[in-house]
Amino acid sequence: MNIKKIKSRYHRRYKQLYKQLFGGITNAALTLGSSYLLYLIIPPIISWAIIDANWFGSNASDCTKAGACWVYISAWWQQLLFGQYPSDQLWRLVLCSTLFITLLSALLLHKKLHTTQQKKCLLLAILCYPAIAFILMYGGFFNLVIVETRFWGGLFLTLVIAVVGIVSSFPLGLLLALGRQSKLKMIRLFCIGFIELWRGVPLITILFMASVMFPLFMPQGVNIDSLLRVLVGVSLFSAAYMAEIIRGGLQAIPKGQFEAAKATGLSYWQSMFIIILPQAITLVIPSIVSAFISLIKETTLVYIIGMFDFLGIVQFTASNSEWIRYTKEGYVFVGAIFWIICYSLSRYSRTLEQEPLR
Amino acid sequence: MKSILRFLNNTRVRSIGYQVILSIIAFSFFIFIINNASSNLVDQGIATGFGFLNDKTGFNIASSLIHYDSSSTYLRLFITALLNTLLVSFISIIFATIIGFFVGIMRLSGHPIASRIAATYVETLRNIPLLLQVFFWYFAILQPLPSPRSSIEFINNFYLNNRGLHFPSPELSGQSGWFFIVIIVSTITILYWYNKAKKYRIISGKNKKKSWWALHLSPLLFINISAYIISNTDLHWNFPVLTGFNFEGGAVITPEFFALFIALSTYTGAYIAENVRSGIQSVEKSQVEAGRALGLSPFNIMRFIIIPNAMRVIIPPLTNQYLSLTKNSSLAAAIAYPDIVLMFAGTALNQTGQAIEILLMIMLVYLLISLVIALLMNIYNKRFLLVEK
Repeated sequence: MNIKKIKSRYHRRYKQLYKQLFGGITNAALTLGSSYLLYLIIPPIISWAIIDANWFGSNASDCTKAGACWVYISAWWQQLLFGQYPSDQLWRLVLCSTLFITLLSALLLHKKLHTTQQKKCLLLAILCYPAIAFILMYGGFFNLVIVETRFWGGLFLTLVIAVVGIVSSFPLGLLLALGRQSKLKMIRLFCIGFIELWRGVPLITILFMASVMFPLFMPQGVNIDSLLRVLVGVSLFSAAYMAEIIRGGLQAIPKGQFEAAKATGLSYWQSMFIIILPQAITLVIPSIVSAFISLIKETTLVYIIGMFDFLGIVQFTASNSEWIRYTKEGYVFVGAIFWIICYSLSRYSRTLEQEPLR
Repeated sequence: MKSILRFLNNTRVRSIGYQVILSIIAFSFFIFIINNASSNLVDQGIATGFGFLNDKTGFNIASSLIHYDSSSTYLRLFITALLNTLLVSFISIIFATIIGFFVGIMRLSGHPIASRIAATYVETLRNIPLLLQVFFWYFAILQPLPSPRSSIEFINNFYLNNRGLHFPSPELSGQSGWFFIVIIVSTITILYWYNKAKKYRIISGKNKKKSWWALHLSPLLFINISAYIISNTDLHWNFPVLTGFNFEGGAVITPEFFALFIALSTYTGAYIAENVRSGIQSVEKSQVEAGRALGLSPFNIMRFIIIPNAMRVIIPPLTNQYLSLTKNSSLAAAIAYPDIVLMFAGTALNQTGQAIEILLMIMLVYLLISLVIALLMNIYNKRFLLVEK
């Protein structure tokens, strides 16, 4: 009985599609033009990446076919993921990232936690994580060998810089945002100056500052680790952006909330932390996620000041005469991983926008 | 005791106290930094001040808009490098805007294939780091091109090789300067007349007659032609010729410029496409329907109704995109395009060691560029603002 209905529905949809594709000269031209474009782009890519590609082997001489040489990835995967981190210590990073993923998924599913005790456990775990991660990555405690930061690299370094940058920029950005709205003129001016200065210059100048100017500002004999300098620079940089995001959230809170908090007799900090900020930050979580996405992308710039992050390792392999012809594969692989990370994050922030956390 | 507590709890006293504390902390921090810096600089034997700007650089630059050689000063290097930054930013901004509008409108076209191509373009480029895209264009596409000797000639006298794209450049001889002045003056005059005619149309509702235009334009044409003849202007092409290992003559687009330009304009174009899309989507349907009811053609609806309305929403984020494009042009440092970061924070800093002065100058320049772009876009924005009566 429904077959007729289904048939007519499909018929209608078919007719609609036909109209979209070939109704009128413009649509027909668009169809022809875009099909031709796809014809130009897709077959060469498929034959390069799949049909003509070299899938197996151990070194560059195994790549005899014309297409991509995916042997590159099996040859370099360890450097791409972990840089020059010693192979016998890799378990530390694996443990570290497993913990990270576990905590992250627990955090994303926090609505499913019922008792406050479970929530407190999660909070405690998250607060302890940075210390645990530092001990695992750097070592020096519990008989773990110290792995100096110059051996850090690959996707691991990229994620360390991005995550540390965004997390540590949060408290600073919060203070700056509050300071920018403060009634005290000196504090307001100071915060505006700081934010606009850091937002006005490109990240690369800040990285140059971190690598050549910071050491000049330190007392003699004080040598700060170069990764730490970069982390400070990146955190200050993203704090300025974070401040503007949080300010957006603060401005979206109706004035009545501030007045109500004042009327209840709460002090400034109490009213901020109990009433205003929980609402404001909930509002801006999607923007914080997109700031995180752009920070992940921008961390690739550390290559310019001589650190071998995920992208830097590809450049490093290009200096190897055996592999110099296959940097394209490296770029495609690194680009694909970045794409997966950033695209899934942006989808996540879009779902947050549609149904705000409450 | 109580009075002291009351004094400390006074809001005015407190607010002044906080500000004083902040100023003291900031001030002592600066003193600390400056002290350390000066003693470090003395230790490492690095000069201070901006005197180095008058020194000779002793190195050459790969491409420059103004005359520069190794006996030029650091100040001239600064200006040359700044011009390179402005050049690549300016051209990329223009192309990014064109790509952005094209892709944004394509994504909203409702055509199943075209809108999906646009969506794929936007989602792919936005989620891949810009530096990776710059590297991809430079190292994976442009570097493996053939050497000048076996370069690809795709149109007559256009040669593509790993040193860049060589093409014929127009060259003028004779008193061509005078001719150009005449052309510029006549263009300004025509624009003036056009505005006058427009005002006339707005006031009276009538177009200027064709005879009015003929009467005004014909003497101008006569002046231009006679200027062309008198000035003895002669246009001829300077062709690139292969001599030895490279081309000579003609003009060249270097691969560094090209990679940076392509990456910047396609990457920012993807962002602008999203801004354009949200701007156009913000125009109410009833506006379009009203335009249709007035009997406007689809093109005129786009031109007079959708674009002006959408522009109000598009311009503020567009300004941000222009700003970030200009800042992103600093990625030039990674592929050796001689922009201000590479030549100044790279080469000049290595030569002089004066990190503080050089980085301050660069930061100041970027702040200035940001301010100028924001100012220009504000002026442009005012033209589109709703005029409320």
